Amino acid sequence: MREPVREPVISFQNVSKSYAFYKQISGIKNFAFNLHRSLASIRNAQYEALRDISFDVYKGENFGIIGHNGAGKSTALGLIAGVLEPTRGRVVVRGRISPLLALGAGFHQELTGRENIILNGVLMGLTRREIMTKVDEIIDFAELGEFIDSPIRVYSRGMLARLGFAVVASLDPEILLIDEILGVGDIRFQKKCQEKMLNFKESGVTLLLVTHSIASIAKLCDRVLWIEDHVVKMIGDPYEIAEQYCKAAGVEVDLGTPTQGTLSTTSL
Amino acid sequence: MASVDVKWANVKGKLQHYGSNRTLESYRDLMLVLVQKELKVRYNNKVLGYLWSIANPLASALIYYVAFKVLMRVQIEDYPLVLISGVFPWQWFTNAVGSSTGLFVGNASIIKKVNFPKQVVPLSAGLNHLIHFMVSLPVILLFLFIFNESPTLSWLYGLPLLLSIQFVMVYGISLMIASINVFLRDLERLVGIILHFVFYVTPILYPLENLPPRFQDALYFNPVAPLMVSWRELILHGKIDLINILVSLGYALLFLGIGSWVYRKLSWKFAEVI
Repeated sequence: MREPVREPVISFQNVSKSYAFYKQISGIKNFAFNLHRSLASIRNAQYEALRDISFDVYKGENFGIIGHNGAGKSTALGLIAGVLEPTRGRVVVRGRISPLLALGAGFHQELTGRENIILNGVLMGLTRREIMTKVDEIIDFAELGEFIDSPIRVYSRGMLARLGFAVVASLDPEILLIDEILGVGDIRFQKKCQEKMLNFKESGVTLLLVTHSIASIAKLCDRVLWIEDHVVKMIGDPYEIAEQYCKAAGVEVDLGTPTQGTLSTTSL
Repeated sequence: MASVDVKWANVKGKLQHYGSNRTLESYRDLMLVLVQKELKVRYNNKVLGYLWSIANPLASALIYYVAFKVLMRVQIEDYPLVLISGVFPWQWFTNAVGSSTGLFVGNASIIKKVNFPKQVVPLSAGLNHLIHFMVSLPVILLFLFIFNESPTLSWLYGLPLLLSIQFVMVYGISLMIASINVFLRDLERLVGIILHFVFYVTPILYPLENLPPRFQDALYFNPVAPLMVSWRELILHGKIDLINILVSLGYALLFLGIGSWVYRKLSWKFAEVI
């Protein structure tokens, strides 16, 4: 029997992304006094962050993106989130994006944890009614106890991370974007996050993980995209790519064997 | 890499998002939550919060009174009322426009990560400033009563009319300034200087009648002047001048148009520079 044709939830087709250097126009004063040069610099001085990138991510996949600093990972994530527009090529996304915000972003310092849950939810495009039905679940998962009704300026970094993850993980994500911010909670919470992420697969949630942690790539992902120097270096099996990636970087990392089924609690 | 289709390689970039199902209800909720957030931060301590939102215009009015009436002895009838009716609406305008530079820059961490309708940030900020002005209306009433005046029936339609015109104008200007400030960060200083200048060429400290006639006509070139004159006419005399209203409305819609256009042109680049 043939498998039904799967439609990708995220599709990059020959995508290139260039940025203008905006450094010449740091202010009106500079802009006005160097008008000619400023305009020329916007047109000409382009920095290419991604060049002719193509890949598809399917529903329910745990998809990892690795690469060195400045290789273009965050640009790819910005394109998926819809905050950046490709210079050339086409990006197609089918489903609601839930970005895991960096520590504290999207949270307001003076508001309580509970109020911040609602603020984050509406920013992601949910209605208050939808959020209210999930609030208890989020508070439960974040394990913040009575702190949930304190302003988040008194939270520790670990508590913020727990709240942030609990919000995106519980508010019916369809495509979850995680950019390298899970290293903060204690190991027990990290394990909880890992379990939640592995559960996503069953509920059809697509997970996009951008990280430098080779171990979590190997443990959590079904497929991995390796971006190097703004182009696709490799795409495919996590273990194979992790191995190649470490070799290229000249670092040895013990990943264990692919058959190792148990969850390790370390280094997510 | 199933469906690599080379035809996309050289065309202009395109972004297609399906299923980011923002409904009208979610837009409304986003705005409500943002307004609520600001109100909560400001009025967390209810009495103090309220005092702060009226202390500023009251203190300004008091300072101008001492400077111009007590020290310089200008001859203007009911000068405290003239000041109150000018300074309160102006404070709304200047506070809203003056703080608009930081609206997008201040939310950089979210704008970089989440694709949400960013106009709601200036919109909710505008609503907040509207609310602050409305809660200060009783103070204006109090001053009217002290000087043995009272509001007239024309307030019933005049007030909502002027409130809406100024709200639209403030929103349009804020949207424009907030968008441009993402790219030109020293706009803040320029805005401060311009507001200072506009304050003195607008009949706020002095009534319109004190100006020589040729300057009175020139005021139509000042976008805020017809509006501020309308506020004073309504508060002191219960009068609505159709020409002033129409000119103010025209300026408000013009700024709304410019602001929306600038925002549409620039908003796609926000995440790149912010």
